[in-house]
Amino acid sequence: MSTAAPLQITGSNPLVEGLERLPVHPTALVIFGASGDLAHRKLLPALYNLAHEGQLPERFEMIGVGRRDQEHEDFRDAVIDSIQRYSRRRPDPNVLGGLLCDCRYVQGNFDDDAVYADLHRTLQEFDEQAGRQLDRVFYLSTAPEYFPVIASKLGAAGLDRAADARTRIVIEKPFGYDLASARLLNAKLLAVFQESQIFRIDHYLGKETVQNLMALRFANVLFEPVWNRNYVDHVQITAAEDIGIGSRAGYYERSGALRDLVQNHMLQLLALLTMEPPTAFTADRLRDEKLKVLEAIVPCAPEEVPEMSVRAQYGPGVVGGEPVPGYREEPGVSPDSRTETYAALRLHVSNWRWAGVPFYLRTGKRLARKLTEIAVILKPVPHLALQSSGSVGIQANQIVFTLQPDEGVSVSIAAKIPGSRMRIVPVNMEFRYGTSFLSESPEAYERLILDAMRGDATLFTRNDEIEALWGIIDPILEAWALDTTSSIPAYPAGSAGPEAARELTGDSRMWRRL
Amino acid sequence: MSEDIWSEANTTPDAIEAAMRELLRIRHAANERLAPARVLNLVVIIDREWRGEIANRLERAGRYHASRTVLCSVQEGRRTLDAMASVASDEDASGGGVIHEGVEIDLGPGHLPDLQTIVDPVLIGEIPTIVWSPHGHEEAVRALLPLTDVILLDSDEPLEPAEALARADALREEVYVIDLAWLRTTPWRERLAASYDLPSRLRALRCVEAVEVGHQERSCASGLLLCGWLASRLHWDRVHLSGGLGMYSAAMSRADGEVEVSLRSFEQEAPGLVGVTVTGGDGSSLALRRGLGGLDATEQLADGAERRWKILGASRGESGILGEGVRQALLRDPTYLPALKAAREMCPI
Repeated sequence: MSTAAPLQITGSNPLVEGLERLPVHPTALVIFGASGDLAHRKLLPALYNLAHEGQLPERFEMIGVGRRDQEHEDFRDAVIDSIQRYSRRRPDPNVLGGLLCDCRYVQGNFDDDAVYADLHRTLQEFDEQAGRQLDRVFYLSTAPEYFPVIASKLGAAGLDRAADARTRIVIEKPFGYDLASARLLNAKLLAVFQESQIFRIDHYLGKETVQNLMALRFANVLFEPVWNRNYVDHVQITAAEDIGIGSRAGYYERSGALRDLVQNHMLQLLALLTMEPPTAFTADRLRDEKLKVLEAIVPCAPEEVPEMSVRAQYGPGVVGGEPVPGYREEPGVSPDSRTETYAALRLHVSNWRWAGVPFYLRTGKRLARKLTEIAVILKPVPHLALQSSGSVGIQANQIVFTLQPDEGVSVSIAAKIPGSRMRIVPVNMEFRYGTSFLSESPEAYERLILDAMRGDATLFTRNDEIEALWGIIDPILEAWALDTTSSIPAYPAGSAGPEAARELTGDSRMWRRL
Repeated sequence: MSEDIWSEANTTPDAIEAAMRELLRIRHAANERLAPARVLNLVVIIDREWRGEIANRLERAGRYHASRTVLCSVQEGRRTLDAMASVASDEDASGGGVIHEGVEIDLGPGHLPDLQTIVDPVLIGEIPTIVWSPHGHEEAVRALLPLTDVILLDSDEPLEPAEALARADALREEVYVIDLAWLRTTPWRERLAASYDLPSRLRALRCVEAVEVGHQERSCASGLLLCGWLASRLHWDRVHLSGGLGMYSAAMSRADGEVEVSLRSFEQEAPGLVGVTVTGGDGSSLALRRGLGGLDATEQLADGAERRWKILGASRGESGILGEGVRQALLRDPTYLPALKAAREMCPI
């Protein structure tokens, strides 16, 4: 017989230690915009995969809310179809059946009080079945103009909080159209919900490589000594797409490249790359550090905008051997549209670590290839004793994080070509997720939905952070909006972008090849 | 999937290693976007007549394949080494992909005491090595220990539970052990932990009065490990279970009372656990049973009311558990050893 110390259960669960999957409390998930594209392509397949892996809470109920007039059964059939089409694994019929056996659909306009009364009744019904109040997550996967409406109606219906459970609201992007609208939206949400209840999603933050950026920076001593203005010459962040706008003309005409990708995803990447180490990997400590560095990015003065930014539109060109139309010829796009499909910026982080280091950001549609990467280009060696003749010579070391298509990290170094002469060539040391881990990366939405249900806001954006992000972009948007006369440069579809972008980097630096 | 193969009868470890290097060179020259996986070596020692079955299990392990798998097939009477080496890759749409490498060596029982001299040259350096010997061959396992970072074993077979758990405990002194019997309990442990994470139920952990664990006939070790996990996490005093004919039980002390722990064998096709019931001092209970598409949960409240629901999750199957075993070589579970020690203390005499 062994004698153990008596157990003191004082709030923490002794059964959790050692488990890979942390508990999630019983939850009812309400998806507004449940018949929309995002829900069917991303959210519902993500939920299925969580169910398949046994990661959903022991009690999980789902309610779809949408304007489409359909019965529960029709909604269920549509969900099954989407999961079968878009899930990263083939669905197990028993799991799929279990997931959807009691899912409900509430039909109506988002400003209609009857929708919220119906929702209230359905949630109460689920609570009664479970014998306890389920935590509630309201996922707003709707057009952005409905965010404040839904939040306000949830509050008016008393659905913003529950006596014995937690209530959270997840807001999809775009969060605001500019700084003023983001502030207004924050104010309207915060009039109903507390900040700790609000989860502003940026799905880039759920990607493994983005999280790995923090692991690489803060779990290795190797990089920190060079992670500053003394060794970093400049940084390039690229989010290139080879596709056009597809059927999203309505959204894109209003948004443009700067709002679509730079204001959120790319500036988040910049913040993670440049922030100081957080004292703990918790939501607020991490977001405090991101906020500090975002606030250190000095917004452009109006007169600086032309030399700090480039915008362009794709013209007709050839992609994959096929001719494609220019942006202004796309269905739904105005023939005299001034919406940018390409944006490039030069930013500076004005703090002790990064003073003087330029950060170049570029994004565009219909570019030569699909690529999202962060390249940290170090300064050249101060003196080279080796002869460079007869070889391609030395290039500065580069640390490149690739987010897509091949998630991984590479470090370029100089190495000697085998032979009797000292000839140098740059070679890469590469880490690829597929070669170094056995498991497949989960979809970003799987991680983020689970985090929202668990109440972990680490990978979500805080209100002050959102406003800081818009504060960087707003002057550029304003200057571009005021300039209604100068022509917008065009670049051929399938190319590396506009010639004008070369001027942004100056003569001594070049954009990396796409 | 495309594959390049080399084979040679009466060969040597050096020749195998050279062949593998050449196969990789050829494949990389043909497509430089292919990269060899560099996660784990897996050494498997098997009886030659069961080669097909083990190869199938490894094949079906899902996405969790070792970077280089070295399959050592032991054949009575063999005195020489025959070997086959292969490299295989799945290329994605961009032409990139990951190369997995395989080596199969036919050898005889006489090779086993010095197996490390055969296996060492064909392993990839600087990555962990995991050894799995499903058909015994303890001397081969012993020989490989200096090269081994992780031992994969299954306490549910083929030994008696007491012997199997003792073996795991002894090996744990020397290397990290991944026990498939323990991994069969993972969904149950996760679900129990989640169920008792609710504040109302968390309080009930203090006054658990009975735990009943059902297991498939050959999975007694899994049942014992689950009991051991609860006992170690909840600090129960352990005593040997007693009984017979597949039913064992004992009363164990907790901080302010006793817990009746019982273990019962059931007929079930799949190895592993059949069900778990935890009963509290107020008469309430939570029962989890294996079902289609997840676990069937039944909650009995103190007032006699009953609720039933399904906890979703697809069965991983035995191949999935083997794959999970390989993946676990990258992780460290601090709760296995205390659970193993407790399980040994509870093991029926």
